[in-house]
Amino acid sequence: MADTVKLPEDSFKRINADDRAALDSEKIAAPSLTFAQDAWRRLRKNKGAWVSLIVLAIVFIMAFGSLVVSPHNPNAVNPSYANLPSKIPGIGINGFNGTLVQAGQRIDAYKQAGASSKFYIMGTDYLGRDLFSRVLYGTRISLIIALVATLFDLTIGVTYGMFSGWKGGRIDTIMQRIIEIILSIPNLVVIVLLILILKPGMTSIIIAIALTSWTNMARLVRAQTMEIKEQEYILAARTLGERPLKIAFKHLLPNLSSVIIINTMFTIPNAIFFEATLSYIGIGISSPQASLGTLLNDGQKNFQFLPYQMWWPALVLSIIMLAFNLLGDGLRDAFDPRTKE
Amino acid sequence: MAKYLAKRIFYLILTLFIVITLTFFLMKLLPGTPLTNQAKLSKSQIALIYEQYGLNKPVWQQYLLYLAGAVRGNFGTSFQFSDQPVSYLLSSRIGPSLQIGLQAMILGVIVGIVVGAFGAMRQNSWVDTTATVVSILGISIPSFVLAVLLQYYLGLKLGWFPIAEWGGFIYTVLPTLALGATPLAESARFVRTEMVDVLSSDYIELAKAKGLSRTGVIYHHALRNSLIPLITIVGPLAVNIMTGSMVVENIFSIPGIGEQFVKSVLTNDYPTIMGLTIIYSFMLCVVLLFTDILYGIVDPRIRITGKAN
Repeated sequence: MADTVKLPEDSFKRINADDRAALDSEKIAAPSLTFAQDAWRRLRKNKGAWVSLIVLAIVFIMAFGSLVVSPHNPNAVNPSYANLPSKIPGIGINGFNGTLVQAGQRIDAYKQAGASSKFYIMGTDYLGRDLFSRVLYGTRISLIIALVATLFDLTIGVTYGMFSGWKGGRIDTIMQRIIEIILSIPNLVVIVLLILILKPGMTSIIIAIALTSWTNMARLVRAQTMEIKEQEYILAARTLGERPLKIAFKHLLPNLSSVIIINTMFTIPNAIFFEATLSYIGIGISSPQASLGTLLNDGQKNFQFLPYQMWWPALVLSIIMLAFNLLGDGLRDAFDPRTKE
Repeated sequence: MAKYLAKRIFYLILTLFIVITLTFFLMKLLPGTPLTNQAKLSKSQIALIYEQYGLNKPVWQQYLLYLAGAVRGNFGTSFQFSDQPVSYLLSSRIGPSLQIGLQAMILGVIVGIVVGAFGAMRQNSWVDTTATVVSILGISIPSFVLAVLLQYYLGLKLGWFPIAEWGGFIYTVLPTLALGATPLAESARFVRTEMVDVLSSDYIELAKAKGLSRTGVIYHHALRNSLIPLITIVGPLAVNIMTGSMVVENIFSIPGIGEQFVKSVLTNDYPTIMGLTIIYSFMLCVVLLFTDILYGIVDPRIRITGKAN
């Protein structure tokens, strides 16, 4: 039984340090991803959010690109081409071929105006201005207002919320009372009052929106801060004698980032909505400037006869709002996978 | 409970006091005078007008007078309609706004609950997809765009509803639909999320294991528990309806306070704007107080800690 198995020496191989790395390749493990990479991967899986992101990118590029290349001058008045319906070359469907129904008959409005060779994708308004260029211009103004207002609103909200949550106690109670008082007046009323005081215009709209809509951000950031400040790493930082300001920037802010980003995605469409409402009422952007709200207001006057003048801005506004909402939803799921399960 | 209630009511009064004070001094900051043609008036005429409206007194006296008046529901005299007290102007206009607002709220929340619940029950089916699409669209389309579209297609083209008048119930249908869309969408989304959460909890498993019928489980256990947190979004929804009503009332020519607010803003009718601001925040405060109390009754934990979660 004591048969000794004789193995030839060359069936063994000596492993030196370099080959050990090769063995690691047999381990089964996914590459470790950072939080941001992980969120990005999840976001890309969410079809709605991914499409929204692309749509928003296109809207931004077109709206801001029209500063450089615009199909027409958005303010160039051309009365002889007034109220032309939309005409897209190559498309024969009624509504996009430059024809409209007048006195029960479908006529080619472009021929009538003596502009058969020209085409306006979204048509022209009552002064003969190219609606497509005006929608691009209006979108740009609306986006600028919304983004700048959101930036201010974010700064105020995050600072206020972090301070309130960090301090706690009596200061926190007072600061929360102040928010409750602000929340007990409808936002739009406050915005209107502020605009009356500051005189209508782009700057005052931005200030008014920023000053009224930070409360939501402040509340969320406060709640999150109160949770985070109990964590051990904050305790460690405090024990080591880190200054509160540095803790705020180095430890709190990065951990608050998902809350901040998600809430920002919902603040922007809100700001766009407020701006559109103000301009629609008639105390927002005043002509010759245009925003999506003023375009809607102009279009609504002629809606019965020239519905396309309101359809286009309404469509663009709704698409932007939709995209921001879907992106916000997607980001929330991406940052917090528990919500989706 | 009595102590909690007293505290809440005290905060309500304090809030209203601060709102009145802030609006009063904000209005004093406004540039310009309420006179349209100051250049054409002689000094004595201006003095007379100022005396009539009490504008010749020092600001602190005006403030105290205003405060004393506001407590009794007297908000001064409108600049736009001379001799018309603001309180009369508003009380004659608040009815239509309240009616449309309440109808929109009730319709929106009830339909929203149904849509959201169906979405959650048939998760990831076409029902769920439809419910999600409806709620996302409802949130994304501004109420005034919806109002114009409804007015044109259902009112003008199909002729089902009157376009821009005020009379009986039929006149409230389109504005209610336009205003109700956002509450519908918001509550559908909210109920769906809550219910998906609840449906995966242990007590639902228990109820199923006990052999309760599907409707029994859904109705008695899942739906009821999903609806409690819905109370918390009633306040924000009320704000949404108030904001929306300002434009929607204009579109449908409804003689309500939203339409009056826009009119007053465009004509610099300061006393009316102030009165409306106070009325709006009063209504909102009452809604918030009401929802707080209701939440306290439904979820007793709130009363003890004084805070949700």
